[in-house]
Parts: sequence; structure tokens; C-alpha cells
Amino acid sequence: MNVAIDIADLFAIGFFIYGLHELNSPATARRGNRFAMAGMVIALVGILIRTQGIGWPAVAAGIAIGGLVGIYAAVKVKMTAMPQMVALYNGAGGGAAALISTIGYFIASHSTALDPVVAVSLVLSAIIGSISFAGSIIAFLKLQEVMTGRPVTYAGQQVVNALVLLAILLLAIWFVATLGELPIWAYPVLLGFALLLGVLFVLPIGGADMPVVISLLNSFTGVAVAITGFEIGSNLLIICGALVGASGTILTVAMSRAMNRPLTNVLFGAFGAAGGTEPAAAGGGPQQIRSTGADDVGVMLAYASKVIFVPGYGMAVAQAQHSVKALADQLEKRGVKVLYAIHPVAGRMPGHMNVLLAEANVPYNQLLDMEDANPEFPTADVALVIGANDVTNPAARNVTSSPIYGMPILDVDKAANVVVLKRSMRSGFAGIENPLYEMPNCSMLFGDAKASVDALTAAVKAL
Amino acid sequence: MTELSHFVAPLTVLVLAIFVGFEVISKVPTTLHTPLMSATNAIHGIVLAGAIVITAALYGGGHASPALVVLAVAAVTLGAINVFGGFAVTERMLQMFRRKEDR
Repeated sequence: MNVAIDIADLFAIGFFIYGLHELNSPATARRGNRFAMAGMVIALVGILIRTQGIGWPAVAAGIAIGGLVGIYAAVKVKMTAMPQMVALYNGAGGGAAALISTIGYFIASHSTALDPVVAVSLVLSAIIGSISFAGSIIAFLKLQEVMTGRPVTYAGQQVVNALVLLAILLLAIWFVATLGELPIWAYPVLLGFALLLGVLFVLPIGGADMPVVISLLNSFTGVAVAITGFEIGSNLLIICGALVGASGTILTVAMSRAMNRPLTNVLFGAFGAAGGTEPAAAGGGPQQIRSTGADDVGVMLAYASKVIFVPGYGMAVAQAQHSVKALADQLEKRGVKVLYAIHPVAGRMPGHMNVLLAEANVPYNQLLDMEDANPEFPTADVALVIGANDVTNPAARNVTSSPIYGMPILDVDKAANVVVLKRSMRSGFAGIENPLYEMPNCSMLFGDAKASVDALTAAVKAL
Repeated sequence: MTELSHFVAPLTVLVLAIFVGFEVISKVPTTLHTPLMSATNAIHGIVLAGAIVITAALYGGGHASPALVVLAVAAVTLGAINVFGGFAVTERMLQMFRRKEDR
């Protein structure tokens, strides 16, 4: 019987890997998700047979509650709220890993010393799972704007974090050295410090750095799950955890690279904290900008042959994706070629803009990533920047003193005309001026992104 | 030595899985990065299997104190949220990704 279940596990693992493989194209991605679902069903049925239903009341209660909550949230969540949703899912996985370790510890404390491998994996998954859980909750609160989305910093922050980390390491070493046979207060204190570190390490990261944190927490949860696999002796958990850990790591590296900042700088740099409250007076004096009206821009768009939309977090905040699609439809009706240029770190999580535009029925073959978009700008008549700022800042190319120097950007300034939709002249997340706005081919259309795009659609329609 | 020998096999599995993960996931296009994250959320929901195992150990070993049962239910709940929520939201998102010709 056990061999049969082991073979079933192998099928489950194959389905997970094949499912992830099918995510390599939007055309096959849904099939991939279905394969992964099938893998999960096989794996869970196998586990229920293996445990012979022992403890079924607790298992049934948990699955009923978790299933209802999970599906309800998945159906109800708005696409603009996906970043905080993913943050919560990361936290749930980390929390579950930490709880499994905790239960495992208390079961063992009734009997004998732990096996060394179990002791190491138990304490590691408890620590990493707790950090991921608490960190994800803070990330959720920031993204949901329950608390400020800006970096929270204070004097001696890194010293405090280092001391908490040191305390965790010492307790963990003690735990492993005694194979779990330490005073009863020690384990809860260890968990408490790990939760505290999760909170402390996410606090100073905010705003446009959130895609990095979400990816990193994703990776942490994967690692915690893989280590839990060592603890309970399950290849299934080890492999799934490793796949998720690899995915989170790839995304973390991609996001850091898209900002041209080493990961350590994102985690410890508290970007934008200093210059965020007052605009940095780098150029000195107010910027010389040209403000324009919806009717003028409408004419410009209607008689263009190629228009590139550049969406950013402002589009998500204003929930303007459907309006953007309506404007694109109007333009396409007039024979204008419409493309979308998406910077990897636009929005608050990897792929955020793509999902919003997909929701608005924009075909995914119109969504260009940075490498494909930049060669299109020189031949574009209009680049319409909708709530993006730092990812269009040409200072990143040549102003060595700029905090974003070296960050790859979208070359919107190469388009014949640039129109920037913006609520006000307040600087972007990085708190730095954008010289794009002073360029002769650039004009500003102030107002809420959704209202402005709707006005543009009306203007084009009226022609 | 015997204690560590049963550590090498799972470690091998881990290392191989990491390589497979990097290989497979580095081919996912940026357009699908959000569904990728929610799909991996669902896959790390396999922690639900771990929660079921530990719950069975709790009952089977006769250690099922009320406090530990609450923790076990919480662990299963969190895992189930990952599995059901993760797959459902991924499915919902992927439905929206269409080519122009599809409509």
C-alpha cells in the first residue's frame, strides 16, 4: 500500500512540475494550473490514506474553514488588490510551516530527544516560517494602506534588527545542541523573536520596493515548506518547497535587477525615506513644465499612427484599466496602432500591470516588456504615461548623482510626443524630480488617471 | 553516521528540485509573473499535507491537548487557504489572458 502511495506522490510531483512548465506561455497556462490542481488532489488523497484518517475531526474542520475562506477571497478579491492577496497567501504558508514545527516540538517534548536532522529542520522551519508569516502581514497592511506604505525608519534600526537576529541564532543553536531539550520558555521566546524580526525587516521597505519584498517572502515560504519536508520526512514537501523557493528567488533577482539595485540595498537601504516628504531640490527652483488639456491630447492621439501606453501604479490606484482599454478601442477604431509598454517593477508586485490590463480584456500580445518596448518608442507618435513616474525618468541614464542612476527605464522621451497623466507635480516614490517633464516634447495632463483617460476617450470620440 | 545517512537522500532530492525549479520557472514570461506567484502559493499549499501528518501524529500519540488541537486546526486551515485560494485565484486570473484572435 505504501509503495502505491509513494508512486502516487511521484505522479503528483510530475504534475506540479509539468504544470509550472505550462506557465511558460499564456496560451497553455490554464492547462498548467489544472495539472497542478490534479497533482494536489493526488497528493492530498495519498496523505489521507497514509494517515488513515487519524485526527480527522481537526483535519476536516481546518479544510472546511480554509477552503471556504480561500475560495471566497479568491472570487471576491479585486485585481488591483492582488499584491496584498499574494502577501496573505505567502503568510499563510509560512504560518502553517511554523505551526507544524511548533506542534512537532510539543509532541516530542513529551517523550525523547529529537533526531538531529529533525531538530535542525524543526527550528529552521519555525524561524523562517514565522519571519515569512509576520513579514507578510506587515506587507499586507502596507499594501492595503492600513498603515503607511512608506518606509518606517528610526535611529539604530539595523542595530536592533541585528540584535534580534543574533538572539534568534543563539536560541536556535541552543535548541539544536540540546536536541530540543531546553527550558520550556525557550521555544516560545524563539518564536517571538522570529515573528518580531519578520515585522522589523519589512517595516523599512515600502512603496515601489514592494515587488521585491513580495517575491522574497514568496521564496521564504517555499524554503520553510521545503525544510518542513525534512522535519516530517516528506519528499513531496521538499520538492514543492524547492520549486516555490526557486520561483521566489528568480522573481526577487529579476525585480532587483529591474531597479539596478542589489538586494541588500532594497532590504536595508530604506529608499525614498529621506527625500520622500519634501521634493529634492536637485535642479533648484520649480520645474518648467507645460500643462495641456484633454481636447488637445485627444486630437494628438486620434491623428497618430502609433501610440504607446505606459501604465504604472497610478493606473492601479485609480482603477483606470477599463477606461484605458476603452480609449485604446476608440483609437484602434480610427486605425491607430496601440501598444502597452510595461516596466518589470511597475506596480506593487511582479506582473501587476499585466493582470490589470488582462482583466480589462487587453490582448496579451499587445503587452510589451521593456526589451521589446524600447525599440518601439522612436517610431511612436505619442507615449501616454498613465500613472508611472520613476520608470520613465531619463535621469537614470546619465545623471550619476541620481539615486536611480543605472536603473533600466522605458525610453518614453524618444517618442515624438510624451503626455504624462499625473495627479499633481508631487515627485514619485523615489522623491526625485523627473527631467522628462521639462523636455520640449513632453506635456502634462493633470488629474485623476481614470477621469483623464475618460476625458481623452470622449475627446477622441467627438472628433 | 547512521543518523546522517538518512539525511543525504532527501538532500539529493532537494538539490535536484532546486535545479528543476530554476530551469522551469526561468522560462515563465513576465506577463505571467502574478499568476506564477499565485500558482506557487497554491503549490506551497502542499504544507497542508504536512499539517495533516502532524495532526495525525498528535492524535495518534495521544498528545491531543486542546491547545495543540487548536494549533493543528490552524495549521490545516492556513494550508487549505493556500491550496483552495491559490488555485482559484490563479484560474480566475488566467481566464483573463486572451490573445486578440480568441475573441
